[in-house]
Amino acid sequence: MRPAVTDWQPSAIQLERESYRRRQAARSTAIAAASTALVLGVVGVLVVSSPGWERVHETYFDWDKAVDSFPAVLAGLWMNVKIMVVSAIAIVVVSLTIAVMRTTRGPIAFPLRLLGTVYVDVFRGLPLLLVIFLLGFGGPALDLSGLPRSALFWGCASLVLSYSAYVAEVFRAGIESVHQSQRLAGRALGLTYAQTLRHVVLPQAWRRVLPALMNDLVSLQKDSGLIAVLGTVIDAIRAAQIETAKDFNYTPYVVAGFLFICLTVPMARLTDWYARKQGFAGAGSLM
Amino acid sequence: MSGVRKAFGSNVVLDGVDFTVNRGECVVLIGASGSGKSTLLRCANLLETVDDGVITFEGEDITDPRVNGDEVRSRMGLVFQSYNLFPHLTVLGNVTLALRKVHGVAAAEAEQRGLAMLDRVGLAEKARARPDDLSGGQQQRVAIARALVTNPRLMLLDEVTSALDPELVGEVLDLLSDLKSEGVTMVLNTHEMGFARDVADTVCFLHDGVIHESGTPAQVIGDPQQERTRAFLSRIRA
Repeated sequence: MRPAVTDWQPSAIQLERESYRRRQAARSTAIAAASTALVLGVVGVLVVSSPGWERVHETYFDWDKAVDSFPAVLAGLWMNVKIMVVSAIAIVVVSLTIAVMRTTRGPIAFPLRLLGTVYVDVFRGLPLLLVIFLLGFGGPALDLSGLPRSALFWGCASLVLSYSAYVAEVFRAGIESVHQSQRLAGRALGLTYAQTLRHVVLPQAWRRVLPALMNDLVSLQKDSGLIAVLGTVIDAIRAAQIETAKDFNYTPYVVAGFLFICLTVPMARLTDWYARKQGFAGAGSLM
Repeated sequence: MSGVRKAFGSNVVLDGVDFTVNRGECVVLIGASGSGKSTLLRCANLLETVDDGVITFEGEDITDPRVNGDEVRSRMGLVFQSYNLFPHLTVLGNVTLALRKVHGVAAAEAEQRGLAMLDRVGLAEKARARPDDLSGGQQQRVAIARALVTNPRLMLLDEVTSALDPELVGEVLDLLSDLKSEGVTMVLNTHEMGFARDVADTVCFLHDGVIHESGTPAQVIGDPQQERTRAFLSRIRA
């Protein structure tokens, strides 16, 4: 290939085409903007003109109450972030182990596969809230030496156990999507089974499933709030609950919801960006 | 096709290509890898948008942005180097998809025409098989059947034998020769010079995005005038 010819000038017909495409693009954008504004406007008018709007406005959207409760809820959110980060790291480790166990081959590895399958079946079948109740109250009661008795620890453990089952399946799908010929090529170079997995299969699998994993991470951010049911962990939802109990004004819940969205939106955009970078053209694009 | 230009970034792949295909004619594009042959076919099929120039198909400027590209493509057939069959459909499903979904042919009639076309390419007994269970040559014949079953006015064939084992190349080339004798209009690019010599009405030698030489096979392959054409042909034969 030769370098670009710099003296090329588009012909008149090409210039006309380009201006037509620009006009079409401008028209599409205008239509999209107008229809979006119309839909939002109609929804807004419907809500505000509803008979109960006055009361809802007072109990859910009280500005002073929002300002009052904001610091407490924000402090609670910091707890959610910490729970999320620690759990996410543990989830990756546990789920990867399970996924590798489930994808091993040969009769010798049968117990490993069985264990992995049973684990996934159990923890994917149990509602997360139930796991939190069972472990959050039952775990400390076991009084195991060496393990903390705090609700925070057992709440995180519940998240890790439950999420690992889902994430393990994502990893497994990724591992199995790497073509068999890649394993053969690895083994042909003299790499062991484990080395092939580590240096050939997992790097490719990881790249393919990362968008799905980020999706699970966003989900984890929100579900970290479920630990609030244990009562002693003050996260954003629990903090909002405490603030609400003072005067039965529900604005703190709206504040908590707003903060959660502020937390997850950047994650979602990051996920989209990464998916596009990986060549999933148009994935999650706003335009 | 006149003055067609296409660049990917600063890489100019087609730099003002002009040529004409008449009804029932077979034009063969030859040239080294990266000379723009595949891009040319994709532009003709509107899978790539040209940066400049005009492509006229059945009297209509199809490079005009007001033209419905899907409709234009429904009148052409394109066959890919690596078959690109749909693995989740049977052979017959591959062949009848466009008939049913694009051309609105009823399922029963589509099946009948699909089977007839598979019979035409000698694969009637494979109709219910999955593409993955076929040999490369069989898959490529299915791909040709898939493109041909809608009676396209123009067939574009992109290195259709390059991915095949040598002993399977013959069955596909024989099929193309038959199509040529039936009057199917074709543009194809290939490295099979013997085949080009036999079936082409016109051979175009493409280099650096420009057609350097074109004419009958006897002229271009038998007695090339340009230094570049000679160099290319001697490399191919070596």
